[in-house]
Amino acid sequence: MAVRRLHTEQPEGFAFSKANLAWAKKEIGKYPKGRQASAVISLLWRAQEQEGWVTEPAIRVVADMLDMPYIRVLEVATFYTMFHLAPVGRKAHVQVCGTTPCMLRGAEDLVAVCKRRIAEQPHEVSADGDFSWEEVECLGACVNAPMVQIFSDTYEDLTPKTFEAVLDAFASGDQPQPGPQVERMSSAPEGEWTTLVELPQKAQDSKPRKAQAASDKDETEHPPPDSPKARKQRKARPKENDKPESEAARTPGKAQGATKPAKRKAKAADTPKNGKKGT
Amino acid sequence: MTKIIVDDTEIEVSPELTILQACEEAGAEIPRFCFHERLSIAGNCRMCLVEVKGAPKPVASCAMNVRDLRPGPEGQPPVVFTRTPLVKKAREGVMEFLLINHPLDCPICDQGGECDLQDQAMAYGVDSSRFHENKRAVEDKYIGPLVKTIMTRCIHCTRCIRFATEVAGVPELGAIGRGEDMEITTYLESAMTSELQGNVIDLCPVGALTSAPYAFQARPWELNKTESIDVMDALCANIRVDSRDTEVMRILPRTHEEVNEEWISDKSRFVWDGIRSQRLDRPYLRENGRLRPASWPEAFAAIAERVKASGPERIGAIAGDLAGVEEMFALKDLMGRLGTGHIDCRQDGARLDPALGRASYLFNATVAGIEDADAILIVGSNPRLECPVLNARIRKTWLASGGAVPVGLVLGDQPDLTYPYQHLGAGPDSLAGLTGSKDFGKALKQAARPLIVVGQGALAREDGAAVMAEAARLAREVGAVAPKADPDWNGLSILHTAAARVGGLDIGFVPGTGGRDVAAMLAPGALDIVYLLGADEITVPEGPFVIYQGSHGDRGAHRADVILPGAAFTEKSATFVNTEGRVQVTRRSVFPPGDAREDWAILRALSDPLGHKLPYDSLAALRAALYEAHPHLAALDGIAPGEATAADAAAERRGKLAKLAFKSTIEDFYLSNAVARASTVMAQLSAMALERQTLEAAE
Repeated sequence: MAVRRLHTEQPEGFAFSKANLAWAKKEIGKYPKGRQASAVISLLWRAQEQEGWVTEPAIRVVADMLDMPYIRVLEVATFYTMFHLAPVGRKAHVQVCGTTPCMLRGAEDLVAVCKRRIAEQPHEVSADGDFSWEEVECLGACVNAPMVQIFSDTYEDLTPKTFEAVLDAFASGDQPQPGPQVERMSSAPEGEWTTLVELPQKAQDSKPRKAQAASDKDETEHPPPDSPKARKQRKARPKENDKPESEAARTPGKAQGATKPAKRKAKAADTPKNGKKGT
Repeated sequence: MTKIIVDDTEIEVSPELTILQACEEAGAEIPRFCFHERLSIAGNCRMCLVEVKGAPKPVASCAMNVRDLRPGPEGQPPVVFTRTPLVKKAREGVMEFLLINHPLDCPICDQGGECDLQDQAMAYGVDSSRFHENKRAVEDKYIGPLVKTIMTRCIHCTRCIRFATEVAGVPELGAIGRGEDMEITTYLESAMTSELQGNVIDLCPVGALTSAPYAFQARPWELNKTESIDVMDALCANIRVDSRDTEVMRILPRTHEEVNEEWISDKSRFVWDGIRSQRLDRPYLRENGRLRPASWPEAFAAIAERVKASGPERIGAIAGDLAGVEEMFALKDLMGRLGTGHIDCRQDGARLDPALGRASYLFNATVAGIEDADAILIVGSNPRLECPVLNARIRKTWLASGGAVPVGLVLGDQPDLTYPYQHLGAGPDSLAGLTGSKDFGKALKQAARPLIVVGQGALAREDGAAVMAEAARLAREVGAVAPKADPDWNGLSILHTAAARVGGLDIGFVPGTGGRDVAAMLAPGALDIVYLLGADEITVPEGPFVIYQGSHGDRGAHRADVILPGAAFTEKSATFVNTEGRVQVTRRSVFPPGDAREDWAILRALSDPLGHKLPYDSLAALRAALYEAHPHLAALDGIAPGEATAADAAAERRGKLAKLAFKSTIEDFYLSNAVARASTVMAQLSAMALERQTLEAAE
């Protein structure tokens, strides 16, 4: 991790937009009197969402709002690597995970792509101002290694080729489909199912639910995730994150990641019913 | 109290103590970098590791309380080891990590010879490094003209940050980045504004923060150390004066729990360059409007001629802010023998009358007593500028109470005192209805030990006596004087701004019967001869013949007709009585320059040609006479408390209150006396403070 400093060129001033200001006031109000400083991270984050990066005037504005000394807010802003202290690419800021699992699965190739396509140095904005990149520590998707995070979305199971495709999509203004960039659903196995494909006889009594859930799948409307049927279903899913700009994606709760667990939960809820029918 | 066994020694300690403190009670020495008694606990240097019986790994002794230790299986006291191989190995490991990035520049480091890291590396360091990577390098930061930074040496103990935030109350220092890249800095490398910032130099356990004016001046082992008393403000902080040959090289604080704890203000610490410059090193005589160097006999002859030509009622003497009790006593004696009663030590014109009793002009609550106060009213004073260390004590009280101690301020402006206060008004009229109307009045009335601090800004004015009476009445009303809860408490406290003032009032250096005070003496045509004993903060009108005795060529010397070169406070042994009435003595660390002499000796020598020879030929004889006349001055480091009835006497004085707002008598903290005005460092700080004020005013 490099030494984190404020950018040499800073804008004249900073002001929260009307909506963000109202949100910030609400956020500050969540904390008891005298503890308003607790809101510093959420306010800085919102400032970053608004401007793309944390500017020096923004630090002062946040400090004044929370009645904190400037240096205290600067400490927070320089401590957390999630705060960008320099301008980032307009269209995408690529965070390449470089921790061991991703590295073993080829993160270095992704970094090479970044260096070639975006800029030689991390945190450097590309010549056209559209892209920037950095290498970050584990983003928690090791099973889908290697992966990158762009704004709030992760793009997983990348190869240099698919990664370039993702970048191309951003360059052309599209929002590429987040998640694995191979034919697999989240962290489920790639290709045909290799485990739990048939009902183990002995385990039937002790673990009826799981076993039957797996065996029921073939008959019920839940096809294996990699089957053509599933692909069709997935394509038909409403694309919430197709909205232009990353506004929607950055708003918590609306991110793509949130829909996937919801779907999985629905499946789990079905299982017991099916199990009952079976017995 | 709870039992604990430290290295086979069983002791009883308070359970609130940390293991580190308990070990020290038991006589074990624990190395530490981040821990400091007067700061909050950080626990980040890990040097204080000890072994606790039953604990799976070494314990950071500074961050664990004795009460958190578990007893043995049969209820035996907890056992702590500080000298086992495990402890030594653990500390050696910590030291190795600290030294990974610490530069080996001890030969060019100003901390060398008094460096905690250096000392502890002698005990726990290893002779070689197993670290083959490059050392981390950190850019030096600008944090003001007083504190020089060599940040590569920083070991991230965060003492400086904690000091600035907690004690100084000006949270300007912080640590940006994290881990190895953590760096101590101010916001955008702006200069620190605290009046106590120099203390971070002492706190820094390594050479990362060092004294900028002292940089590369001397090594600690070649300095003569003299324990002395600071005279820059009325607190009279305990200091150590380090000198080499004939020059004072630096000033450091000494610990005195009752006075300054272990802090001193920047003015006390960095004024030493002022002791060297602008010195009066020989007598001068004014001839044809110009001062010319003269010899002592010439100067004395000129004075004697003038004194003989003038009647005793036309002679007056004024003592300045840095005068010791001895010379004031000798001057008072001499003036008495000459037959004049025109003497005064209150050059700011404070309406304080020692005839009312000692309690009428002392900080009766005592400095340490501030911590017992549960409501504080400050009248006509900006304690942050008048006495920064005392102000830190008020802040400490406020902080220790969790903000429960209410502080009220009656002053014309609303300065940042480093703690929140209620501004109750600007002038004396705000005092009258204080108890009835406002919330603060109620709190003051309910307080068990209310403290009313009256500053010179309230007393050094036409209606000073009436303001004092008003404050005394208020003190009686709220039970600040001998309240039922604590009959010994006297909360009516005067905060002085000059180190000499209380001593002068103690020996009665005030107009005798028929004598004139400062204002009357300085009225045009009032006197023929004015004797200024280091009095610089007054304007002597055209007319009188001015004898100036002092150490620096300041305002008084410019107006003088005869200059008698005296000694600065580091060059003489003189008694000073601080604002709470504590008697302390300075010691000589260097000799006065050139022909300059100790002040009492000058007066003794002058008394002979004047025909009124003073009957003491040595300092000891002078002190014997002084102690006979004022026995309480003989009790060094003691406080002779005043009678509480002085408050009643003060309350009886009647007078008309003016509408005028109170204004602190210290206009420029950094240039408040002759020594400070001679210092280039103080001039720089003053200019910076002025710039800040102008910027703030512009906003």
